[in-house]
Amino acid sequence: MNLRKYLKVYKKFLHTSLASELEYKTNILIDLITAIFSLTGSIFLLSIFFQNNGYIGGWKFEQALIIQGIYTILNGITNTWFNPNLAEIVKHIREGTLDFVLLKPIDSQFFISLKKINPSGFLEIMLGFFLLFFCIRINQINLNLSFLTLSLITIGCSICILYSLWFFISTTTIWFVKTWNAIEVLRSFLYIGRFPLNSFSFSLRIFFSIFIPIAFITTIPSEVFLGLSQLWEILLEVIVAAVFLITSRKFWLFALNFYSSASS
Amino acid sequence: MVKNIINVRNLSKSFDISSKEPGLKGTIKHFFKRQTKSLKVIKDISFEIKEGEIVGFLGANGAGKTTILKMLCGLIYPSEGSILVSGHLPFRRKENFLKNITLIMGQKQQLIWDLPPIESFYLNASIYDLDKFEAKKRIKKLSEMLEIDEELFIPVRKLSLGQRMKSELLAALIHEPNILFLDEPTLGLDINAQRNLRKFLQKYNKETNATICLTSHYMKDITSLCKRVICVHEGEISYDGKLNLLLKKLSPVKEISIVCCSEKEANKLESSGFTVKNKIKNEITIKIENKSITSSLKTILNNFDIEDLFINEPPIDEIIGKVLIKKDYDI
Repeated sequence: MNLRKYLKVYKKFLHTSLASELEYKTNILIDLITAIFSLTGSIFLLSIFFQNNGYIGGWKFEQALIIQGIYTILNGITNTWFNPNLAEIVKHIREGTLDFVLLKPIDSQFFISLKKINPSGFLEIMLGFFLLFFCIRINQINLNLSFLTLSLITIGCSICILYSLWFFISTTTIWFVKTWNAIEVLRSFLYIGRFPLNSFSFSLRIFFSIFIPIAFITTIPSEVFLGLSQLWEILLEVIVAAVFLITSRKFWLFALNFYSSASS
Repeated sequence: MVKNIINVRNLSKSFDISSKEPGLKGTIKHFFKRQTKSLKVIKDISFEIKEGEIVGFLGANGAGKTTILKMLCGLIYPSEGSILVSGHLPFRRKENFLKNITLIMGQKQQLIWDLPPIESFYLNASIYDLDKFEAKKRIKKLSEMLEIDEELFIPVRKLSLGQRMKSELLAALIHEPNILFLDEPTLGLDINAQRNLRKFLQKYNKETNATICLTSHYMKDITSLCKRVICVHEGEISYDGKLNLLLKKLSPVKEISIVCCSEKEANKLESSGFTVKNKIKNEITIKIENKSITSSLKTILNNFDIEDLFINEPPIDEIIGKVLIKKDYDI
């Protein structure tokens, strides 16, 4: 793979999608306002849960805010990259415009996963980081190199798991043509990631750890922040992320053998 | 000797198609128990295309023309048979192969809707690993050939269909491919835009010796661009050869309208042994076989006193229309 070429193409992707989005200023403004209201609403909801009981699943409100911060960053990444690109796969396949992607001398997964960005998602990412820094202060977390490395590794793995899940569902469009509902179900499951895993019953904890690994996405990075994580948990998250990423890649390449293009 | 750039041997393609009965009952049945059947849309076809050739694929809707093009450019896998395009197996979609081909579809677009076409051109240039200087040079050259200039800087959504199609062509040709697959490129364009597009394709073929495979329902596209046509009928090749031979075969006679100097002269011509289609006063229309047209015209001009003469070419759409419904042509 020619890295220089891919960087050059990505720079062009950034440029063209930013230019496209900036054509509609009001839309960006509405998206930005929505992001602020959404975060405020989520914190308010969380505070209601903690109003009568100081702890949920063994987590204090200040600690649970870390999960909210990580969730906000991941949601920002979802809105910036995954939503505009991966939701478009369904459209590409239904309308047959995937033809143009497949005939370009560039990796098709790279093209369809990164072609667009939604700049308003950046605000959410920034808000998520602000919230995290606030949590670091109120929880008196000691910032050191190992903490930062582990945080970055676990958040990176969460991004990979989230991307792979979404990409996997979108790929099934090649057979099922319409998969909007499955993506909506995934998004609604992701909302669960705003709460500590321990706050759910045992059976749900198993479900969200094994079948749809929401637990890995927010809870493990949050535990790293609070110094509660076990090494095996972090290793497991790395393994799960690698398996998900490789599987989604192989699945995409396999699915392309069945692509029949749309009729003209 | 010109080498073959496309080799197709015993190619077949089947699709699984589901069918649904009408009405609510049919819909419920279709939802719970979908009945699919394998439909062979391309049936054991073979052909070769030489480098620099322009070949038109003719056929009715659903005959399989687009499926053939999509298999040639590697978008869909063949069920049986072999395809070799420029020495590559298309469905492997290797970088060297993809840099040599392009697909243009009249009904689908790759330009970024909200931005001027120039942005899409530079994006494609980076995908094909062209530097900015080279990209600029090629955009300038192609835009001059396509006669587009300020349209390059207007958002795609504000361009007319003709301007958009020209921009699509430029985006698809920026990497200077030597094989072009065109699927109804003039669809929906007005007469002038169609003519300009054909002019451009002729020029591009002449200047670059690119091979062009074209499907179109506009006969003018086929007659002005393609010397050779491949007729596809229900997934099989019903004719592969020169277009003029096909036209001669399908329309073996020409109609000649003659205005004689007098009605008497017209009567004389009527009784001279030619096949007469109709006669009104001094005007007479006769039918002459293509092979004897020169000698017959010489006879008429030498032996009859005539005022005017017209050779009526049969309407091409009508002739080609016969191809779409008939299976075999032995020429």
